[in-house]
Amino acid sequence: MKRTHFLVLIPWLLAAPGAFSPDVALAQEPAPSPTPADAAPPPSPTPAPIEAPPAAPPPPVYPAPPPGSSGQSQASNYFNPSISVIGNFLGVAGHNPVENLPAASLRESEVALQAIVDPYGRADFFLSFSEEGVEVEEGFLTLTSLPWKLLAKVGRMRVSFGKINTLHLHVLPWPDSPLPIVNLLGGEEGWKGTGVSVARLLPLPGDTFSEVTLQVFDGNADNLFDAPSRGNLSYNGHYRIFKDLSEAVNVDLGASYGAGPNPASVKDDVQWTTLAGADLTLRWKPLMTGNYHAFILRGEYIHSDRREPAGDQRGYGWFASAEYQFAKRWWVGARVEASDHADDTRLRDKGQAVTLTFNPSEFSQVRTELRRRVYGGTNVTATEALFQLQFAIGAHGAHPF
Amino acid sequence: MKRLLGIVTAALLAAAPAIAKVKVVSSLQDFASIAQSIGGNRVDTFALAKGYQDPHFVDAKPSFVLKLSDADLLIVAGLELEIGYLPPLIDQSRNDKIRPGSPGYLDASIGCDILNRPTTQVTRAMGDVHPYGNPHYWTDPENGRVIARAIAAKLSELDPSGKADYAKNLAAFEAKLTDKEKEWAGKMAPYANTRIVTFHDSWPNFAKRYQLNIAGHIEPKPGIPPSPTHTLEIVNLIKNEKIKVILVEPYFDRKTPDAIGAQTGAAVVMFYPSVGGVSQITDYFALFDYDIDAFVKAAGAGTAK
Repeated sequence: MKRTHFLVLIPWLLAAPGAFSPDVALAQEPAPSPTPADAAPPPSPTPAPIEAPPAAPPPPVYPAPPPGSSGQSQASNYFNPSISVIGNFLGVAGHNPVENLPAASLRESEVALQAIVDPYGRADFFLSFSEEGVEVEEGFLTLTSLPWKLLAKVGRMRVSFGKINTLHLHVLPWPDSPLPIVNLLGGEEGWKGTGVSVARLLPLPGDTFSEVTLQVFDGNADNLFDAPSRGNLSYNGHYRIFKDLSEAVNVDLGASYGAGPNPASVKDDVQWTTLAGADLTLRWKPLMTGNYHAFILRGEYIHSDRREPAGDQRGYGWFASAEYQFAKRWWVGARVEASDHADDTRLRDKGQAVTLTFNPSEFSQVRTELRRRVYGGTNVTATEALFQLQFAIGAHGAHPF
Repeated sequence: MKRLLGIVTAALLAAAPAIAKVKVVSSLQDFASIAQSIGGNRVDTFALAKGYQDPHFVDAKPSFVLKLSDADLLIVAGLELEIGYLPPLIDQSRNDKIRPGSPGYLDASIGCDILNRPTTQVTRAMGDVHPYGNPHYWTDPENGRVIARAIAAKLSELDPSGKADYAKNLAAFEAKLTDKEKEWAGKMAPYANTRIVTFHDSWPNFAKRYQLNIAGHIEPKPGIPPSPTHTLEIVNLIKNEKIKVILVEPYFDRKTPDAIGAQTGAAVVMFYPSVGGVSQITDYFALFDYDIDAFVKAAGAGTAK
């Protein structure tokens, strides 16, 4: 019960950053909406709607006032949030009785509303409209003016467990989620939590970036955690190191550890699932981009230990993926993956996939994936072709690297 | 206890000279160069984008977060040139001093001559049009003067004890710029009203300063790679108008411009928009020295078929 009180108090403690740094905070002014800090570009650019080179160029978002428009009416828009919509169309061919995706679907329309709230923070809402309904995929306040190099988020957010789980669907380098996310982190959508996240920079020698993130969430998460009572919370910790090995090569390493009450829990007998993960991303991208070549190698390992009255389910999953940019607007990629099921680790799925991605502009993307998955416990080997079309309108904030 | 205090005091004194330097981070090497000229040994400068890098496509690397978290002053080009990477970096830097609106944030475009401000509604059908005007404005040396003055004023505000030094360095910078501008204008004068083709719309300020006439771009629309139809149009344009020079920024693929050059006889010139584009371009003055010499050489030698 004490834990609950702690969680309730945290937002209040964080919401008073002015108390810690009044001078700095008061020196700021809320930025008008069309400033760089607020307005923003659509998903990533070129090779980027795929996460990595998140450098998104200047999105022509805020039109100059049309002839005849008054300064006053223009000014009235200044405090509106940046609004964007990203459509995600998925077509599937082939036979797969296990993951029976429709032949064609507008799988997700992500509406983003983003703005600076006041001198102490900014707000980001990502609402996901799908054919099943509407969901607040993320909706959080980021407190940017805290002391001790802290950065806090309060609200609903993708949990900082590994790398892929933190990414929105439209910035994944594939049209689908890899098996360890699907089987061990609660499904295609991954692990999302509602609560508080606090991150602190811990710089290491040699210009090495390192950051530790601690998160406390409500004890419920789709298909992953189910708290029998309010006092049962879920937790996550993440440590990240980033180092430029050269101007063109950098390495990104992460370790994660999370825990929460799993659906086998009942009041007075909480059953915990603990999750441990490691992630690695290696990027090569020459800055002299005349030839527009880049290479990204990424891999993630997730271990799940699910306590149940009948015995523990200990399983693991992993994926490794490589993407290569061979022309300004073209990428190819390959992925191998394998994962146990969290609730029955005797079942192990495996898969391989290749992708081809074309970005007509920074605001649209066409991707084809040929995927083969073998599902444990069945005799099913599914070979499918996934065709994905993504398109963005409006001002979408740049994504963190 | 006294001994401990002594050690602490000694350590603080030893650290004092390092603390005294104003840490300047800029999005472009051009601003870092000007800030270094104005700040001298009172400042440390670091540029996020390298001079040979496409300034529209910069990765928001966490290593930049470290640089920004310690910065006293952030100088940006503004006009949304950095919008694809800087906002999340500023947020993650946890550094209130450098947020837009804070004293340590300097938008270098303020006061500069900004061209191509759209006068009608902008849509993405136009490609990557910058809704606030063309952000490559530092390619006019007079805008460099405006930027230098703004940096000097900002440094004097952040570090009042160095005000006299900044004023002195600014005067020296401006005097050199005035001399250099005469030299550059002299070199470019014979080419007034010369029609040129450029890859991207990076050069309106340079063209205005030296009265060049930009007849077309190899990109059909800003940010959109060359298409066969448009390339043919450019080939015909170059042939019909006897255009001698094609300017290409270092971060674009030379394949199409080279093919156009081969077909038309126009000279393809690697034209550097920023300090650091090649090793010889060591500062803001060398940028114009290098580019103008390259232009004069090409425009004098190019032979249109």
